[in-house]
This record gives sequence, structure tokens and C-alpha cells, in this order.
Amino acid sequence: MRVSTSEAAVRERLTRALRERDAEIADRWVELQLEQALLGTDISEAELREEADALIDALVPGLESGAPVDRVVTSNSGLQEAVVRLSMRRARGGATPTVTSLAVLALKEALLKAVQRETRDAEELFASAVFINRLLDVAGALSFETYVEGREEIIRRQSQQLMELSTPVVRLWRQVLAVPLIGTLDTARTQVVMENLLQAIQDHEALVAIVDITGVPTVDTAVAQHLMQTVNAVRLMGADCVISGVRPSIAQTIAQLGIDLSAILTRATLADALAAAIKLIDGPGPDGDDGEGR
Amino acid sequence: MTAPRPAGVPILRLGDVLVTGLLNELDDGAAIAFTEELTERISAEGARGVLIDISRLEIIDSFVARTLMELTTVARLLGARVIVAGMRPPVAITLVELGIELVGVETALNPEQGLAALGWRQAQQSVEGSRRGAAR
Amino acid sequence: MALPGESALASWGRAVPTSAEEGAPAPSAHVVRTEEDLLTVRHAVRAATVEVGFGLVDQTRVVTAASELARNAYVHGGGGTVTIEYPRRPGARGLRLVVKDDGPGIADLDAALTDGFTTGSGLGHGLGGARRLMDEFTVQTGPGEGTVVTATRWTAR
Repeated sequence: MRVSTSEAAVRERLTRALRERDAEIADRWVELQLEQALLGTDISEAELREEADALIDALVPGLESGAPVDRVVTSNSGLQEAVVRLSMRRARGGATPTVTSLAVLALKEALLKAVQRETRDAEELFASAVFINRLLDVAGALSFETYVEGREEIIRRQSQQLMELSTPVVRLWRQVLAVPLIGTLDTARTQVVMENLLQAIQDHEALVAIVDITGVPTVDTAVAQHLMQTVNAVRLMGADCVISGVRPSIAQTIAQLGIDLSAILTRATLADALAAAIKLIDGPGPDGDDGEGR
Repeated sequence: MTAPRPAGVPILRLGDVLVTGLLNELDDGAAIAFTEELTERISAEGARGVLIDISRLEIIDSFVARTLMELTTVARLLGARVIVAGMRPPVAITLVELGIELVGVETALNPEQGLAALGWRQAQQSVEGSRRGAAR
Repeated sequence: MALPGESALASWGRAVPTSAEEGAPAPSAHVVRTEEDLLTVRHAVRAATVEVGFGLVDQTRVVTAASELARNAYVHGGGGTVTIEYPRRPGARGLRLVVKDDGPGIADLDAALTDGFTTGSGLGHGLGGARRLMDEFTVQTGPGEGTVVTATRWTAR
């Protein structure tokens, strides 16, 4: 009985402090974050203040809802959103997850300080500290969770974008497409290249596809095999494939590894490959040889 | 399953070229019957070229691939050139990953280009013109 | 080879839902006795790939692998069963094919798995090809023991 009365009293005191001393709490919280260097990112003081105001504003209705202290943050949508938004912003800004949740937890100190201004009673202060801890530990955990989710989402999106961006299919000439490959050619990448290239061949009714490997640092057996797969898939579609950008060092490696690329038309530069491609399209003669390199 | 039965796949004749297509619901028996019927038609009609439209095939497994390769070899022995046209991108990717190269089988992007490669270029141009010009 | 899954094999031929997977469709078993059954299996696997949410290329990979494996069971194993399962793991859904026959088994598994890659002849077992189309692939076999192939593809790797 005494305990619950005291918790209600603590809750009421805290709510009143939040209402009456909101500016003071926000200032102190921003100050603490700046002092403890809990940002690791270029968030301005104005932005910090904005975040602080939003969170403190949301705490009042959260406390007044009467939810159990350790469920105040998660049961109030406004409060939850304020924590999530703050954490997401830090995640995008490149702060570490630990620093981000510590920043949220620094609010504890700011809150307790405000309560301290109202009372000097040790027992009440102790009860307030316990209450504030239980209230904001949940916010810290939520912040950490949001941060990790946010980073994961960013990483997923970026790696997908990178994959798509790094395998653009461009139309060089009527019925001639090119894929400039940059970086390595592993199994996952090969699958994306093949999918994009073959779809583009069908869409453009292309007759020749040039795969440019100028930007591929090394060609080992695995990369050569992936190139062969790509060439074979293009041929199955009924188009021809030319590989360009074969540098002398890569040609040597290919020879040393004993990889047989003899069935594939290769050229040193993209320009040479385009010339070869146009020749393939125009055809060597009016009939007969259709230019298939088999 | 050894008795020949109708393939259920129409084989049309355009001059000295036979034009046909494979449907997705091809089972083994139908594939064998199709091969036999096509072989007989090539021989009986002295066809010089065969165009097989495979744009409706949703998958090509090793059995269908082998059927196509055998058909190409047999046709060549009988003096006809086979072009397989219209393979779907997912089918081409899967075949390559499966490790099947369709050795000796000529391919074309679509039936029009396949026909052009088989010597139907002039005729098609005179009928409706060709937006691809002198392609192939 | 050893058969650690003896108890699991007892449930063959019946569609036994794995209760642990909430929301995942129940596995379905399909008998392969005739050529027509091969088409039925292909249809069922195609529908399952759509259900799992695979893209068009992955659908084609899985259906092609199923076709190869089912044909193996039909040609080399004298018929068998194809069971479609829907495994889950964090962040990904999967489709698992369990293809079983009571045929003579495969004496030289390594040879069967490498067969056909370079020749592309379409002869042999087609096992190596099917393995390249799936993310996970295991074979339990031995002379006189029949063959169980378990092959899984995931929506994200």
C-alpha cells in the first residue's frame, strides 16, 4: 500500500517536473550529450534540442496514461515514435549503437536533476531514481533495437542498390548492348548480370551483347567460368557476345591458368568490341555465315 | 510408351522451311513423337530449314535439351538446318547453370529472326517491309 | 551411407504438417509412377515456388531441378515420391524437395554428381545439374538402399 502510494507520488512529481521544467530538462540533456561526446556525428545543437523537446513532450501523456512504468515507453505511440526517430537519425548519421542508447539514457540524469530541485527527501529521491531508471531503460533498449534494425535495413538496401548500380546495361548502338563490369564477378553478381542482360536483350531485340571487363581487377578460373556462363546464356537467347577490356596482364593470367576462352570473341577495348559488334550485325555476306562463332 | 502417337504439335510448311513450336505441356512421349514426326516431314518434303519456336517453354530440363540436340543432329544429317527461337531469359539462365550448352543447336531471338537466318529475309521484306533492315 | 533420418522417413507418403512452422503451408507428397506424374510434379512445384514468393528466375531453377530429380526417380529408381516442404529461417523462406526412390541406389555418388557438367549431354543422373540450381543439396544412397535427395532453395542467401 505504502509502496504503490509512493510510486503514484513519484509519478505525479515527475510529471509535474516535466511540465514545469521542460525547458530546463531539455537543456540539461542536450548539455550532457555534448559533454559526454555521445554523438559521434554532426548533429547540430538545434536538432538535439528538437529531439529533446519531442521526447519530453511525449513523456507527459505517456506517464499520465497510467501504464506500468516499464511499459510506458512501448505502450505510448507518440513516445515510441520519438525514440525511434531519434535512433534512426543517429543510425543514418553514423553514430555507434552504444553511443546512441547511452544518449537516450543520459536523459535519466537530466530528469533526476529536475526532481532534485523539487525535493531533498532522500527516500523520495531514491524512489524517483528507481522509477526513472525503469522508465528509461526500456527506451534505451528500444533505441538500441531500432538502431540495429535501421543499420541492417540501410545495409540491405545499399548492397542491393550497389548490385544493381554496378551492373547497368547500356544500349551502345542499334541492337548492341553493353555491360561494363566493375569489381569482381562472383556467383551472386553473375546471376544479377545475366538476369539484367538477358532481359535487356529481349526488350531491345539486341543481336550483340558486349561484356566489358576493364573494371574487373583479376580474372581467375572462377571469374572465367562465370564469364563463360554469361556468354553461353546470351547465345542461347540467340544473340552474340563479345568480351572487351582484356588487358595484357589478364590475357597472360588466362593463358597461364589454361582457361579456354577460344570459343569467345574477345577484344582489347570497348571501341574495338563495338566495331566487331557492328560488323556482326551487318553480316559478312548476304547469306550463309551468320557470324555465330561456333 | 514405345508406340508412336500423334505429337499434337502442328508443323507448318513455308516453302522449304518447316515451322513448328513446342508447348510447355510436352511430356516425354509427346517429345519423342514430335521428333519422329518432324524427322519424317523433313525427309518427305525435302525441307532445307526447320524453325522451332520455344518461346512458350517455361522450363527446359536435360530431357528436352537432349531432344533438341538430337533433333538438330538428325535434321543436319538429312540436309536441313535447325534454328531454335525465342528462349526465355530465365530458361537460358537455368540451362547454363544446369551445365547444358545445347551443343550444335543454333538459336535466334525470335521466330522472325530465325526465319530471316533461314533465308526468308527477302520474302518478308517484300510483304511488309522489315523494320530491322538487312539484319542478318 | 548411413540413414540417420530413419524415423523421419516413416512419415513418407503422407502430408504431415510440421506444427513448429506457424503460417507455413503443410508439406505435400506426390507419387511418381508414370510420365504423366512428372508433369503433375512440375505443376505442384511451380505453384509452391509462387506460394513461397520466388522471382521468375528462381521459380524456373527450382522447377527445373524438380524435373531432373523426379525424372531420376522415375528412370533410375523405378518410381518414387517427391515431397514439397516449406522451411523457414530468420529473414528467408525456403522450398525443400525431398525426392525418394527404392531403386538400386547409386554406387558411385561422386561420379553421379560431377557427370554431365562439361559434356552437357543430358545423359547420366542429372544430379550435378540439379545441385547447381539449389542452395543446399544432400544425397543418401548406396547400392541396394534406394536414393533420397534433399534439395533446398532460399529466398535470400
